[in-house]
Amino acid sequence: MSIDDATVKRIATLARIALSPDEVSAVGTELNNILHWVEQLQQVDTTDVAPMTAVIPNRLRLREDIVNDGNMRDDVLANAPQAEHGFFAVPKVIE
Amino acid sequence: MTSLTEMTIAGLRDGFRKGDFSAREVAEAYITRMEGARALNAFVVETPDHAIAAADAADRARSDGQLQPLSGVPLGIKDLFATRGVQTTAASKILEGFTPVYESTVTAKLFAAGAGMLGKLNLDQFAMGSSNETSAFGNVVSPWRRANDDAPLAPGGSSGGSSSAVAAGLVAGATGTDTGGSIRQPAAFTGIAGIKPTYGRASRWGIIAFASSLDQAGPMARDVRDCAILLKEMCGFDPKDSTSLDIPVPDFEAALSGDLRGKRVGIPREYRVDGMPAEIEKLWEQGAAWLKAAGAEIVDVSLPHTHHALPTYYIVAPAEASSNLARYDGVRYGLRVLPDNGGLDDMYAQTRAAGFGYEVKRRIMIGTYVLSAGYYDAYYLKAQKVRALIARDFEQAWEKCDVLLAPTAPSAAFALGEKTADPISMYLNDVFTVPASLAGLPAMSVPAGLDSAGLPLGLQIIGKPLDEEGVLNASYALERAAGFTARPEKWW
Repeated sequence: MSIDDATVKRIATLARIALSPDEVSAVGTELNNILHWVEQLQQVDTTDVAPMTAVIPNRLRLREDIVNDGNMRDDVLANAPQAEHGFFAVPKVIE
Repeated sequence: MTSLTEMTIAGLRDGFRKGDFSAREVAEAYITRMEGARALNAFVVETPDHAIAAADAADRARSDGQLQPLSGVPLGIKDLFATRGVQTTAASKILEGFTPVYESTVTAKLFAAGAGMLGKLNLDQFAMGSSNETSAFGNVVSPWRRANDDAPLAPGGSSGGSSSAVAAGLVAGATGTDTGGSIRQPAAFTGIAGIKPTYGRASRWGIIAFASSLDQAGPMARDVRDCAILLKEMCGFDPKDSTSLDIPVPDFEAALSGDLRGKRVGIPREYRVDGMPAEIEKLWEQGAAWLKAAGAEIVDVSLPHTHHALPTYYIVAPAEASSNLARYDGVRYGLRVLPDNGGLDDMYAQTRAAGFGYEVKRRIMIGTYVLSAGYYDAYYLKAQKVRALIARDFEQAWEKCDVLLAPTAPSAAFALGEKTADPISMYLNDVFTVPASLAGLPAMSVPAGLDSAGLPLGLQIIGKPLDEEGVLNASYALERAAGFTARPEKWW
């Protein structure tokens, strides 16, 4: 499997990372090298092997369905690049 | 008397209790030492006030008879742990200036146990790297140098600030995190000890996430006993981490007898890789002889899927990273880059382009690709199946032995810049540490000798799930036999 420039651009869009045209080809070459290297896993026979879901057996806990936290709006917003009227502010979105 | 900054944590703890010195004296000695070592670039932020406040509290606690287990012990904290009121960056521009309003569980426990914080330690950006060269705040330099050679050496990674600071005596001990070897490999490179506990032992809450099914916190310190002391305070059940194990934390220090009678030590034959220096091969054999002399039986074991571990890791870890790092979007915290007349999508893409370093972007994109429609089964699902086989290899080995002995890394520390051109050659450095990470097992590196250039080499003990005591005790036996006392000569 080989990654072309169009695929690199599609991945970058999915990952929301802007790439310059120079970066597109450099990233493409590196991704190809790395993917070629991991390709060796295809030789491993994994018939009837269940994919790993947990390294150490552990039961997922459920907690009581009660409010046990909150009332910290100012803390939540404390590191926001832009906060207005108690909300996170983002550029205008017009569809 | 040994100078305060040359003492172990056990020595500081005991001397402070006896009244040989005050906690304030210890903190001040370390602050002076830290401030004189900026050439190593081990710290992103220094927090002398925190260390002094904890020391004063420790001195008061001593007069009140309220001593805590780590009273009077100043530590360095890897800048991946959220610390209330102190900038926490993961060594990335995208989090520069981020000041958490909460404390990670692990640091909260250490501070509650009386420890102070000297500062936040540099690391590979988002813990992605093996040499501390991906930090947005500059390379960390190892305090070690080759004989007759001034070339700056890598302190290992990703916990490179931690390893450099402990090895140079800037902190009594440090926190690290290990995703594929990020505690053990830097410990080996700098002649110190470090343990990654079983996945789930230490809470991940408040640790900036890289690959959640692998990330685990652990201590890095000058010797095995100090690691045992710190580990006890770092571990424990935390309802805020859904993978935290609700089991008691043993007194790890009490497990250190050095007596291995009745124990079987497995030598995994697949760890004998091509191109491994003869010195490391020899040290490995020496390690087996030391453990045998401590009473252990040495057995040959096979972990047949070992050579598939690295490619598996470089699918699983980037996949999880691409998901975890989606949160850095310029909205809630961290950097925001908004081009003129740009919309929300431009803001996301420009923020992430400007904020993430190159290695981080590369891994996010690999992860995005292997999780994308049409490739998920071929890459991610396949890797999780091979990961199950790697874990099964270990389970089968435990039928024949109690712990495994292997080298920690395939080489001594390399020079900064030596491996940055080829990502895969950098990735190969983790060949001996990644398998235990994929299986969630406890594993420890201890310094065991010097190579011909005078650089430290580490040996690794890997144990059964939840058998940190067995790992620590076998490591302790190695440490005692090796008698490693070398310290880097001060040039900084």
